[in-house]
Amino acid sequence: MVQKEKLLEIHHLHKDYGNGPVLKDISLDVHKGEVVVLIGPSGCGKSTFLRCMNGLEQIQSGEILLDGNVITDNKTKWSDVRQKIGMVFQSYELFPHMTVIDNILLGPLKVQKKDKKEAEKEAKELLGRVGLLDKKDAFPRQLSGGQKQRVAIVRALIMRPEILLFDEVTAALDPEMVREVLDVMLELAKAGSTMVIVTHEMQFARAVADRIVFLDGGEIVEMDAPEKFFTQPKTDRARRFLNTFTFKKKEG
Amino acid sequence: MWGKEMIIMLAEGTADTLYMTLMSTLFGYVLGLPMGILLAVTDKEGIRPNRLIYKVLDFVANLVRSIPFLILLILVIPLTKAIVGKSYGSSATVVPLVIAAAPFIARMVESSLKEVDRGVIEAAISMGAGNFQIIWKVMLAEARTSLLVGVTIAVGTILGYSAMAGVVGGGGLGDIAIRYGYYRYQTDVMLVTIIILVALVQILQGLGMLLSKKMDKRRV
Repeated sequence: MVQKEKLLEIHHLHKDYGNGPVLKDISLDVHKGEVVVLIGPSGCGKSTFLRCMNGLEQIQSGEILLDGNVITDNKTKWSDVRQKIGMVFQSYELFPHMTVIDNILLGPLKVQKKDKKEAEKEAKELLGRVGLLDKKDAFPRQLSGGQKQRVAIVRALIMRPEILLFDEVTAALDPEMVREVLDVMLELAKAGSTMVIVTHEMQFARAVADRIVFLDGGEIVEMDAPEKFFTQPKTDRARRFLNTFTFKKKEG
Repeated sequence: MWGKEMIIMLAEGTADTLYMTLMSTLFGYVLGLPMGILLAVTDKEGIRPNRLIYKVLDFVANLVRSIPFLILLILVIPLTKAIVGKSYGSSATVVPLVIAAAPFIARMVESSLKEVDRGVIEAAISMGAGNFQIIWKVMLAEARTSLLVGVTIAVGTILGYSAMAGVVGGGGLGDIAIRYGYYRYQTDVMLVTIIILVALVQILQGLGMLLSKKMDKRRV
């Protein structure tokens, strides 16, 4: 395999909320077009790790580079950096007083100062791609969870980020809506988007990932291609974690 | 005694009261809104925490609010004279009303803005929005229902305070109520002013609530 260029580099990241470390010496490179999936037990720090990548959490030491530029020093203009790093949240976080289209256009119009006509055209195109063009004038309260999350994905996409972060985006959804959101993400992966995904959907992780990163206790325990990780995990901790997703048939 | 003169006096009193209330609310927000925004933004949970600014504003707000209005009214007479030119009348009452209302308004604005979901603000941060964009496009926009309820409460409270100004010859319905009802024992005049005051509060309150309901997009 040809070594692709590094888009996001994380070197020796430490994160501490003041009562013990949350992330310990984490290093990870994300290459252009790569889909990295972070998994691990609850509280292992995977969401925190994701939030460090766009500066929503401050780090105590280590550094993060985007396109080869350090983004964790004092000179960082986070508002510029964040336009290149899109994020989708577990509970959608759509602006409740804005229509779907206004939610999507806030970024391109107010932050990026793009032309209104062009941005609108692009918004409609993207909404069409996720099957929600007819909802463009609806308010978030009129949408189902799955629809809200697809709008949130469009809202991140329209900024044309270089990398997309997904923070347990299906965890708040009813099971029948999980699929529609995951399908959108699979489409994006196929189209070559660079993504870092935190998820509890193991089947999906296996299908979408180029690389699985297993975190436990605030450190990277194992990192491997999905097939290898799910069929022959190297560590005990990973094996134990994966076992929690399988059930033995009741005997009798 | 219920001649034309009395009716004109009551009508003028109502107009004075409305003038004082609306002017004081307006200028109260000119001072209180930025103060409330600063309080919400510089709080340790805010988007730009600043302990010093928060503590100073917090202290000022508490200080002014702990002075009884009747005493504040007298205390600021020199300032009133400097701004308005005289220490009695409706315009002169606006000055102490604004001073009393601004911190109260600031507190209401602060709490309205703090109601805005942290996650929604984070969503704006994560798309690269600057602090000003977050304040205008997200915090104020999303808190608008609550802010409008605050305006309604402020108007009602200021209306009540404006009646107190009658004690120092402030004009308006409160002035009439005190002059006729208290000094001249004309209880019927006092009752009429009270009815007008109640009607005013009801109307303003109703209008405010109607408007805030109309602007609320979160509910069906």
